[in-house]
Amino acid sequence: MIKADRIVTTTCPYCGVGCALNLHLKQDVVYKVTSPFDSPANRGNLCVKGRFGYDFIHAKDRLSRPMIRRDGELVSATWEEALGYAAGRLLEIREQYGADSIGFLVSAKCTNEENYLLQKAARGLIGTNNVDHCARL
Amino acid sequence: MTNSIRDIHLADVLLVTGSNTTEAHPVISLEMKKAVRKRGAKLILIDPREIELANFAALHIRPRSGTDVAILNAMANVILAEGIADKEFIATRTENYEALVEAVKDCTPQWAEDVSGVPSDLIVEAARVYGHAGSAAIFWAMGITQSSHGVDNVQALANLALLTGNFGKPGSGVNPLRGQNNVQGACDMGGLPNVITGYQSVTDEAVRGKFETAWRSPVKIPAKPGLTVTDMMHGILDGKIKALYIMGENPMLSDPNINHVKQALERLEFMACQDIFLNETAQLADVVLPGVSFAEKEGTFTNTERRVQLVRPALPVKQGARRDLDIICDLGQRIGERIGERTSGFAGAIHPVTNWDYDNASAVWDEIAALTPSMTGISHARLEHGGLQWPCPNAEHPGTPILHREKFTRGLGRFTPLTFREPMENPDAEYPFTLNTGRILQHWHGGTMSRRSEGLDWVVPEGEIQINDADGAQLGVKTGDLIRVSSRRGAVTGKARLTGKLPRGMVFMTFHFAELPANRLTGDAVDPVAKIPEYKVSAVKIERV
Repeated sequence: MIKADRIVTTTCPYCGVGCALNLHLKQDVVYKVTSPFDSPANRGNLCVKGRFGYDFIHAKDRLSRPMIRRDGELVSATWEEALGYAAGRLLEIREQYGADSIGFLVSAKCTNEENYLLQKAARGLIGTNNVDHCARL
Repeated sequence: MTNSIRDIHLADVLLVTGSNTTEAHPVISLEMKKAVRKRGAKLILIDPREIELANFAALHIRPRSGTDVAILNAMANVILAEGIADKEFIATRTENYEALVEAVKDCTPQWAEDVSGVPSDLIVEAARVYGHAGSAAIFWAMGITQSSHGVDNVQALANLALLTGNFGKPGSGVNPLRGQNNVQGACDMGGLPNVITGYQSVTDEAVRGKFETAWRSPVKIPAKPGLTVTDMMHGILDGKIKALYIMGENPMLSDPNINHVKQALERLEFMACQDIFLNETAQLADVVLPGVSFAEKEGTFTNTERRVQLVRPALPVKQGARRDLDIICDLGQRIGERIGERTSGFAGAIHPVTNWDYDNASAVWDEIAALTPSMTGISHARLEHGGLQWPCPNAEHPGTPILHREKFTRGLGRFTPLTFREPMENPDAEYPFTLNTGRILQHWHGGTMSRRSEGLDWVVPEGEIQINDADGAQLGVKTGDLIRVSSRRGAVTGKARLTGKLPRGMVFMTFHFAELPANRLTGDAVDPVAKIPEYKVSAVKIERV
């Protein structure tokens, strides 16, 4: 029986039910998932995805460096280069075509705080209401 | 949801439509089954497929795809004709009743039978069961909304709840089941073209002013609502949209009419993707910014019952990647620096504090709470023990498990008169089958997460094309045979699975598998108000390969 280094309570990333999860960790690997019985949305129940669907966290093809397209190919870049390039291109396009030529897709997978900040950037810095996500899909 | 997951088991009657709850929201289906088994609640299921919930249903109505409004209007007709409506609720809490009476007076069960193929006595029985219930709760998911008349479908359901007084009490209400962990939150946070946080409208000058001031915004927030996803894709092809910033989404798999989406994305002058994988969309990007998974970040998700819950970091940030919050803040800071000195916090700035430098997610939430009346009482500290359901207007407020108790948010509940409309693309001689799309238990959405999970992918390693047994026999197709399904927009080839659970004439596919992409077939016809694509009805044909 593996003994967990630590158990962290968090919220499931799959559907909209919002089941509470206990992630059991050993050497920074999620090796088991349970749910606290007093969880308000799911009373300790989980579905097959909620219990077993976490290998993606440790997947080998997780992105681990920024990339910029150069001569048609995506190549590695530093964070400094990638963020500077993104900010620069968005502003160039804003100047050339206007704020409403830029669209932002926020995410039904990301946190409230991340979504709030990205739409804040769209509305409060770029100056466009072209903000949406895949709620409809 | 107007109500909470915890009070589902208190309903006397459950009306479930357009939701394959056991596969798409399995844990909520447990509460439904509990209501049926333990308390003897009656389940009315409206769904053309014989899904697992059919085993628990007192009545299973199987309409022709896209005829929801006909069935629901006819149920309203019966409730009125038989005098089962809640007259006191209608008198004190609703308006526009006369318009509803007028709209449904010709929607007889016999008319609905002619339109939908559902026997009229079944519709009458469903109306009686729903109408006589002490408390009746309605549940739906994308089977109701992903339609060219999705808003009508929802309003038709709301009409039934208004007619019978099924609001504001346990085990009642109208309850959409949200399909993604934080789709509720993304909407609540202003991730929509027409509203900022807490559904504060961009058309309201006072709202815009409040945010511009709080954000020390160097630009004006436009008064005109922006474009939806589907309109952005059209906008690119029309030359109006030149750049996209995409965070944690994969429109190349999840949007309708993928061939059209690909053309659009390739036309962009600039696309940035912030994601944890190089998905089909990110492969087309000009810059890719690696974020982290839910297990490496802190923040909150809001579930389908409006409950804001903590996301706690369990793992260190993947080496080379960055927390998404940090990525956005850095980007915001850089844009802010270049765009003008009114964005404060930099050398020579007017304001002493920068808007893009937060200690942590909790500090970001505090800014949200301060600007959002329905969430002012929520803080990360208060969420430590089980979360809070908005509205939660102050720090002592316990949250709101049931909406519309004394009155509706808008005052009176308004009946909406509705006219039945056909789907945009019914089957015809050339494309005689109706394609329906959806999810299965073991996989989720574009498959990015579930298909990388060994156990899930072992159980269901590939997509299938489901067709009815008798249709298969007629086409000379057996389970496992390769078939080609094509629509006016594209074609896919995959293995057939024959089943008795689909009605004749229906083809069912999931959109979990990039190598069998259902959305190459779907159309981009949308609801005129909600702009939601009609994923549940596309005309297709089947050929043996």
